Amino acid sequence: MAKTSARDRMSNEINAGSMADIAFLLLIFFLVTTTIVEDKGITVKLPPWSEEEPDITKLKTRNVFSVLVNAQDMLLVRGEAMPIEQLREKAKIFIANPYNDETMAEKPTKAIISLKNDRGTSYGVYLQVYNELKAAYNELWDELSRQRYGVPYSEDMKFAWKKSIRDEIPFVLSEAEPTAFGEE
Amino acid sequence: MSTASLPDIIFMLLFFFMVVTVLRDAELKVKVTTPYATELTKLEEKSLVNYLYIGKPVERYRELYGTKPRIQLGDKFANLNDIPLFLERHKIKVPEARHGQITSSLRVDGEVTMGIVQDVKTQLRKSGQLKVNYSARKDPKRKGSGVASE
Repeated sequence: MAKTSARDRMSNEINAGSMADIAFLLLIFFLVTTTIVEDKGITVKLPPWSEEEPDITKLKTRNVFSVLVNAQDMLLVRGEAMPIEQLREKAKIFIANPYNDETMAEKPTKAIISLKNDRGTSYGVYLQVYNELKAAYNELWDELSRQRYGVPYSEDMKFAWKKSIRDEIPFVLSEAEPTAFGEE
Repeated sequence: MSTASLPDIIFMLLFFFMVVTVLRDAELKVKVTTPYATELTKLEEKSLVNYLYIGKPVERYRELYGTKPRIQLGDKFANLNDIPLFLERHKIKVPEARHGQITSSLRVDGEVTMGIVQDVKTQLRKSGQLKVNYSARKDPKRKGSGVASE
């Protein structure tokens, strides 16, 4: 008698019918509170604060790629107006200097990009310019990496390879204190 | 029809959403539409990131704060002078060994002019917070260099 009732209790199942409802409730809660945030952006390293500005006039002009952005969001690259679409290509040619042009960087290690904007420049355009300059370097690194190691440049490639590429073409971007001609 | 596997399916969905969920910690009081860019880096560890928002106050706060771009730190409007304290408050929550890895994420509206951004940058430099990430979105139309940079 006692034996059968024990077996009865063993074969008893927990009623799991409401399980789905509970899970649904939780699911809906998370669905509502979810914001899939894309936390991405352009990472930069700011220079440490110092009272005096770095003097780029001492450098040879052929090694400096100056980019000025005015309050009307127009670009002046090495004294010439330029649409933003051409910036990447021009920067690449300047840094790599494949034809050993007298007016361009002696070698990639000596190239310096000097970026200067106005207080009235819109942030969107500033970031676009920064993006293009960064892209120029990224493409050069990629080309060098494919040529030398046969692999595309990426953050998780061999550290020694990455370092040698970065030593050969260092990313040097100097930002000057902006002018204050435009309206904020 | 057997619905015995229904809870399992729902649980699977539930876990998916639990994992991808980031509970929003601050209500945005400024309008921020980040610009498009291609050379993006992903911010890996949320606990090492502090967020600074710059943009025009949203409709509700315009009467009080005007339409000029403002800075938002945490959940309230702030001035430039509040930035060092804000950074310090975040810093004490991070183990000391990792202080160098703290990144400031600047979530700035694309239409804001550089003046206020420049002031914030200067303040960050003065506070020794040099690692900065300009928040941006991937442009679906344009092609980048295809290289994920650091």
